[in-house]
Amino acid sequence: MSEGNMNLTLKVWRQKNAKVNGSLETYQVNGISEDMSFLEMFDVLNERLVSDGKEPIAFDHDCREGICGMCSMYINGRPHGPLEAVTTCQLHMRSFKDGDTIVVEPWRATAFPVIKDLVVDRSAFDRIIASGGYISVNTGNAQDGNALPIPKEEADKAFAAAACIGCGACVAACKNASAMLFVSAKVSQLALLPQGQPEREERAIKMVAQMDAEGFGNCTNTGACAIECPKEISLENIARLNREYLGSSIASTVG
Amino acid sequence: MSWLTKTLSSSIGKKVLMSLTGLFLCTFLVVHLSGNLQLFYKDGGYAFNTYAVFMTSFPLIKVISYFNYFFILFHAFWGLYLEYQNRKARSVRYAVVRNSSSWSSRNMAILGTVLLVYIVVHMGDFWYKYHNEPLPYVRYTENVQTGVKLATEMPANYTQDVKKIEISDFETGTRLIIVKDLYKEVSRVFQNPVFVLIYILGMFALGFHLYHGFQSAFQTLGWNHPKYTPLVRGISTWIFAILIPIGFAAMPIFFYVKHLMGN
Repeated sequence: MSEGNMNLTLKVWRQKNAKVNGSLETYQVNGISEDMSFLEMFDVLNERLVSDGKEPIAFDHDCREGICGMCSMYINGRPHGPLEAVTTCQLHMRSFKDGDTIVVEPWRATAFPVIKDLVVDRSAFDRIIASGGYISVNTGNAQDGNALPIPKEEADKAFAAAACIGCGACVAACKNASAMLFVSAKVSQLALLPQGQPEREERAIKMVAQMDAEGFGNCTNTGACAIECPKEISLENIARLNREYLGSSIASTVG
Repeated sequence: MSWLTKTLSSSIGKKVLMSLTGLFLCTFLVVHLSGNLQLFYKDGGYAFNTYAVFMTSFPLIKVISYFNYFFILFHAFWGLYLEYQNRKARSVRYAVVRNSSSWSSRNMAILGTVLLVYIVVHMGDFWYKYHNEPLPYVRYTENVQTGVKLATEMPANYTQDVKKIEISDFETGTRLIIVKDLYKEVSRVFQNPVFVLIYILGMFALGFHLYHGFQSAFQTLGWNHPKYTPLVRGISTWIFAILIPIGFAAMPIFFYVKHLMGN
């Protein structure tokens, strides 16, 4: 068990399933080490709940190194907690003080229904990707890298957009539960590169249509998404998505 | 659906409509402020009153003003519709929220509603009275050579069928102009501190609304560029959020202070 001296009060959202209402439950966790990650602190709490014969708290997690995009806790009013540019699994207890009360909620969006406790259904993102967030290539040998010259700046922008792990913090942070930052990153990473060109116009139109169909809100450019994004995806991507979408709608014949 | 209705009914298209109507209203504000600055002239309201005649009778301006009324209503109600959709997108709210965005950007709908109410009050104060109520008339006697204008109030029961009567008398070298005295009505309304306060509060709402609104309109249109975005943000903050609201607020304050000083 833990070897530490932090005592914390947790208020955690508990909800049996998607059909019933949930509520915040209060838990006391003692002896937490400041070197633990936030998720390890939850592991300690869950172990205790199991040994007490209670239902452990369901929460999403996988790689625990900030690259899979599974962890999704809304901590003290901010997605992924108080630090910038980190996911919940990269958040450590040294970011909190002994005696703190920490409120943990799931992502809140109509398009992300709660499955259980802190776990939400983010398959809306998968359906947006399936609608156009890919390139169609025949299988076979990879081309020689130098066959397609790409300016360094463009490659850097595409790479920065491709850093999106699809965790949904942008939706969670947005007052409108808008998915524009996610969709803009996924459109940008392909629109900026030669490989993305053949389906470029279709992609912007289809992905926006799917995003709207999933019931995400409209972007009002508050900028909260980019501030809370663990991968620091820039608002420039949203402007690019607007250009891609409007340009494709007005000028192309696909939409 | 045709491609146009499909585009405009998408989330991005709906915002483009907000952006374009908003930018139109921003240009209107610039024109409105520059015209109303004539209230500060010391000419007994001659410049302002003849400007009011021009603005309500020149055909092109009239056409644009009908567009303006329509865009104000469209921008307001379309914005409220988007706000309704946005609230629906988060059916269960958070227990604790620590915002990282600007206060203005989060409260555009509330600020906009305040502004809509303000516009109704404002148009009731001046636009409605100018068009529908028997405002007093004023006669300006201009010495054509010196340009000096003498303002004389017309009798209370005086009325005329045209907006402006202009007579040149070459023998005496004078010019007579008779128009409705909207200037006097403006100075009368702003003798009341309650109105002065309402107008100043309205300008606070305008400043905060435009602090986010002007630069946000560019982002919605996709105009985000490292070279120009700082300029757009600068214009948004210094011109639209600060200078223009201060310019408008200076008018009720000017007339109130003038009244206090006994003029």
